[in-house]
Amino acid sequence: MFEKAFVGGKKYWGLVLFWSVFIVIGFLCYLWQLKVGLKLTGMSRDVSWGFYIAQFTFLVGVAAGGVMVALPYYFHNYKKFGRIAVLGEFLAIAALVMCLLFIFVDLGRPMRVLNVVFHPTPHSVMFWDMIVLNGYLLLNIIIGWTVLDAEKNGVAPPKWVKPVAYLSIPWAFGIHTVTAFLYCGLPARGFWLTAIMAPRFLASAFAAGPALLLILCILVRKYTKFDPGKEAIQTLGKIVAYAFIANIFFFLCEVFTTFYSHIPEHINHFKYLFVGLHGHGKLVPWMWLSAALAVIAIILLVVPATRKQEDVLVVTCILVFISTWIDKGLGLITGGFIPNPLEEITEYWPTFPEFMISIGVWCAGFLVLTLLYKIAISVKEEVGG
Amino acid sequence: MAVDRREFIKIAGVSVIGLTLGPALKLEEKVEASEGKVRRDPKALKGKRWAMVVDTRKCEKCKKCVAAEACHAYHNVPKIPDPKREIKWIWQESFEHAFPHLAAEGEHIGEEIKRRPFVILCNHCKHPPCVRVCPTKATFQREDGIVMMDMHRCIGCRFCMAACPYGSRSFNWMDPRPYITKENPEYPTRTKGVVEKCDFCAERIDQGLLPVCVEACPEKALVFGDINDPNSEVSKLVEKHFTLRRKLELGTDPQVYYII
Amino acid sequence: MYDGGKIITGLIIGVILLSFPFWYNLGKAAKFPEPKLTPKAKQAGQCVETKVYMKAHHMQLLNKWRDDVVRKGYRLYVGLNGKMFKMSLQNECLKCHSNKQEFCDKCHNFVDVKPYCWECHIEPKEAKGGK
Repeated sequence: MFEKAFVGGKKYWGLVLFWSVFIVIGFLCYLWQLKVGLKLTGMSRDVSWGFYIAQFTFLVGVAAGGVMVALPYYFHNYKKFGRIAVLGEFLAIAALVMCLLFIFVDLGRPMRVLNVVFHPTPHSVMFWDMIVLNGYLLLNIIIGWTVLDAEKNGVAPPKWVKPVAYLSIPWAFGIHTVTAFLYCGLPARGFWLTAIMAPRFLASAFAAGPALLLILCILVRKYTKFDPGKEAIQTLGKIVAYAFIANIFFFLCEVFTTFYSHIPEHINHFKYLFVGLHGHGKLVPWMWLSAALAVIAIILLVVPATRKQEDVLVVTCILVFISTWIDKGLGLITGGFIPNPLEEITEYWPTFPEFMISIGVWCAGFLVLTLLYKIAISVKEEVGG
Repeated sequence: MAVDRREFIKIAGVSVIGLTLGPALKLEEKVEASEGKVRRDPKALKGKRWAMVVDTRKCEKCKKCVAAEACHAYHNVPKIPDPKREIKWIWQESFEHAFPHLAAEGEHIGEEIKRRPFVILCNHCKHPPCVRVCPTKATFQREDGIVMMDMHRCIGCRFCMAACPYGSRSFNWMDPRPYITKENPEYPTRTKGVVEKCDFCAERIDQGLLPVCVEACPEKALVFGDINDPNSEVSKLVEKHFTLRRKLELGTDPQVYYII
Repeated sequence: MYDGGKIITGLIIGVILLSFPFWYNLGKAAKFPEPKLTPKAKQAGQCVETKVYMKAHHMQLLNKWRDDVVRKGYRLYVGLNGKMFKMSLQNECLKCHSNKQEFCDKCHNFVDVKPYCWECHIEPKEAKGGK
């Protein structure tokens, strides 16, 4: 089926070229970083994780979000999702590629990355994260590819795919739970030290992932002969609505516990993010933008009239995506480090090369996505037509 | 047997994986000649749990910590002017930063304490979160309680920095060598991309020497010893004085005690 | 054969590229360098293990040493004839082999290995002047 990725129109090749240009720029910046070290980034002794790890965290969510298509389809036999199941799986593959790349570019000694395998350390959550992420990548490649291949040949998928697909569903919950455990098990980071971290991660993932998938479905319908189906898109919209509301609810639970208990180590991070702390507040406008977008998105999602209107739904999904991205991709990591355990404040903002490396990784993911979607949709067009 | 193209590619692929994976898995050759030939230095200090007592009453006189300077010079710790990239093993903090819980806003702690410098360093916790999170065991705990870094193994993921409740760890954001004014040829430097911190001078203890900072402090404000030995000086000091430890409530059981 | 010309041209280019390293280095065969000993090392007569062993296995030995020293706290090594050595690249090996350029680099450069030992371990001062 790979051959389908090598034939395409001008628009397709234009898109491939577009991603490639930014990948090359990002790669050159990475070579620069490799040479001079991570001083090229805005990270510091106090904020020792930054944009890279934040993008990683957000994208694990996008990868896990694909399960919101797989679960109804495989567990509840919801046929309408049969058409887009592979789109969800391929989105997960692209997101996971980005995750692994973001971890890699964040390492101080990337050539030693295999030490994680040579010296396996079960008491480290990062060891488990490596296992679940790579495992989930493998599962999605196997399931997506086999099912698509069967569809192309006009036969039913082999029987062994079913149990593998069943396994992939709890596994998706697993990747984001373990990723939350990276943060919520650290004793001195009050912002992250909360049992609701994993549920919050899952809720925002199940909003952002399907929101992106919905946008992609609309794009696919617009630019190809394959129609994911109106009902499938509407169902995705409902999933986004429930998940996003759950996400906001969990966030408000967090706010209550933090402020009512009034424990400084927990409050200070929220203060830094939303009102600024001791005159420092680089992220304040961003966090309020995220909150405002969330409020608008919830209204548009809850009111049936706006949710059912596809154009509005797409805009809503864009709002959801941006809102959750700011929350996780900007606020979550930096907010956890400010103030530091000594109650000192060092602010953080990504540098230009750091930003370009991140863009390069995003574009690498979107290139993988473009190639995989090209293959999937060519097959579907062939079968459908 | 007829083999079609598809079949051939499959067989070829599996063979390539098999041929390359085999040697890759045979990780390290056994070095027979060196088995059973390693010894501990008979002069090594012996302790069950090393600890340090800081008599902060004696610290008042020093604007700059002589012990910290000696440590940094001995261990080739670079002097990096940008505080964001700084590397520190042992340094002075004010009371409110060393003990943020005990110095919440508006707290009445007394002018004298507020002025007093507090020397802080790795606490060599009994239950170190950094060791728990390290994905390669590059940070590990020795039997005598010292929390050590294996610079050869560190991949620079900085999970340990997020886990440390005391801000004791520094990352090499760049090559440290240009920032070392006078190298100590007896001790290595570090390289860009690894995390470092105080290791209670493990290599000196193994040769029967005390940590550099303890030897260098002109006021004898730093005392080092085995807290598990009731006759050691550190045990006697914590027996006699009321001491504080940083963030005790986190359950890390830090091993640096502060006499107020 | 369709596109015969293109295929043959492609094949020729392929063969040239693949064989590039061979004809590029033709006639330039370099002699394997002999590491030079300092007078001090010569006088000592032997290293921690036999010369043959050290030649073949010094990297594995050093690898094991660093684990023994850093991770297990062993600092001493019983070498040939029971002689004790400090297990330290910087403070033992290089005290005898203080001519790093002549002793280490020559071979390492020849076989194009770049051990990163020297990123942290400080090389002896004499070696620097030797350039």
